[in-house]
Amino acid sequence: MKIPAIAAVLLACACSLGQAAAPAERRTDPLRSDPLDSPRWADMRKEMFPAGARVVFDERVRVTAPLTAENAMNVPVSVDAGALGEVQEILVFADFNPIVRIVRFEPAGAYPGLGFRIKLQQSTPVRAAARTADGSWHVGGAWVNTAGGGCTLPSTGSSSPEWQKRLGEVSSRVWERKEGGERVRLRIIHPIDTGLAAGIPAFFLQDLLLADSTGRPLMRIEGFEPIAENPVFTVDIPAGRTAAGYRVSGRDNNGNAISAVIEK
Amino acid sequence: MKRLPIATLATRSLIAAFTLGWTLLLSAVDRDYGLSPVKIAEDTWVLTGRSEDFSFSNGGNIVNTAFIVTRDGVVVIDSGPSRLYGEQLRRSIARLTDKPVRLVLNTHHHPDHFLGNQAFPAGTLAALPATINGIHDEGGSLNENMYRLAGDWMAGTDPVTPGRALAAGPLEIGDHRFELIALDGHTDADLAVLDRSTGVLFAGDLVFNDRAPTTPHARLPRWQAALDQLEKTGFRTLVPGHGPVASDAGPIRQTRAWLAWLDQTLRRAADDGFDMTEVLAITPPAEFRRLAVVEAEYRRSVGQLYPAYEQRALSKEAGRP
Repeated sequence: MKIPAIAAVLLACACSLGQAAAPAERRTDPLRSDPLDSPRWADMRKEMFPAGARVVFDERVRVTAPLTAENAMNVPVSVDAGALGEVQEILVFADFNPIVRIVRFEPAGAYPGLGFRIKLQQSTPVRAAARTADGSWHVGGAWVNTAGGGCTLPSTGSSSPEWQKRLGEVSSRVWERKEGGERVRLRIIHPIDTGLAAGIPAFFLQDLLLADSTGRPLMRIEGFEPIAENPVFTVDIPAGRTAAGYRVSGRDNNGNAISAVIEK
Repeated sequence: MKRLPIATLATRSLIAAFTLGWTLLLSAVDRDYGLSPVKIAEDTWVLTGRSEDFSFSNGGNIVNTAFIVTRDGVVVIDSGPSRLYGEQLRRSIARLTDKPVRLVLNTHHHPDHFLGNQAFPAGTLAALPATINGIHDEGGSLNENMYRLAGDWMAGTDPVTPGRALAAGPLEIGDHRFELIALDGHTDADLAVLDRSTGVLFAGDLVFNDRAPTTPHARLPRWQAALDQLEKTGFRTLVPGHGPVASDAGPIRQTRAWLAWLDQTLRRAADDGFDMTEVLAITPPAEFRRLAVVEAEYRRSVGQLYPAYEQRALSKEAGRP
């Protein structure tokens, strides 16, 4: 009975050492503490953030997405970094997507969160990295399992002449929120092709600005190829920044303009 | 039943490469669906599938198929999810009768209802015109998707489009008087078959019993109207597309209640400005918990149906308050 007893003591020591070391490691060595345990994290760390930047995993950045996504062409994702307080920008990316970057947004007055839909090529972590005023990046994420293929299929729009007539058309609506403030949802007609389907060049929304009717910016959105076709965005406006009306403007990578008044 | 067909070039070539391997493998490993026809009325047998999602372990056998042995030959209703299923179905029939298969009806164009067609003579295959078009246009991608979901049970399966177009109305075969009922709502064409000689109604996937309905091609108001019509047919026995056979309209009401809840929930969510992730977080109420795979089907339905509700809520014509 002696040996098991000794082993148990050794194990206990090892465990308590592990626990003591963990919180510090989470800060200094994010390579080894990825909560999503992705073999691509080391590459992501290098590609997505400036060398020397402080990058921490932080549960206050919440990414909500279905654990299993049936339709890889249209995977709903929402990001909520509200628990961090003020946030400068948020970068959303997926480790295993052929085009890793999905969307980058600056909540300049809007709530630091965004709802949108994406295309995924295979099962992958979907992460949001929020940069706070001190320059550090707070990373949250969720695994999404999918059969995939969403990035290498042509958009349905690319085979239909319909979108050409309606390209850039915006439908939108504003709701009052029970918790105070308002919610703006908008949908833009755009085929969004990734450039990875044979013979169809990349065609996607590059810049969007949501502003109030006086022109004060509320949210800047920089889109990349993996955003889903006919994108839908959900933006919340805190009570202090609501306005009589809103407007959205922007362009795609071919220079087509998007401009619409969002009426209440 | 169907999932959205998603196949990359890579998976296409993988499928091509593996098909040969699977075919060879099949000769060594004899996969058996364990089909056991149950007699539910005079001349009438049903093979009940499992109330599950497609999987490598069930080989796609989540569907109900049936056959009626008339004096002039056998009428088969749906051919199952794979060539292998079709072959084993045919052997099950041959164990009970030496009459030839005269007619194979595909109730609609979802893969578990027509991918067994290969096992039957091409001249016996029949469906509604829109179902024929659906199998012709989407059969390939639906078949590829089934390989992904059910694995090597699919070995050697290719879609076969029925050559004979059916029209609604009476159809007499041997000593059985059938009524073909052309409806839609689960897909663009849903065939229900009432055997007036026995009172058995084969409802196809318009009716699910104790299993949550699937909705990849659904139009909910049309589907609800189709259920109203089925309830009025005066059947004695009801064979749903999925789930156990019933002797009353319970499964029709259950399916209608689910569709009504789904419609109302998605409409309210869209009108209240819910993001899709918030809609996914809604839990179906307790009354639906007895439905097999209800959470998974709810999530699939949100993905398939919510964008249209959302679009309606966002468009100017919505007639907002």
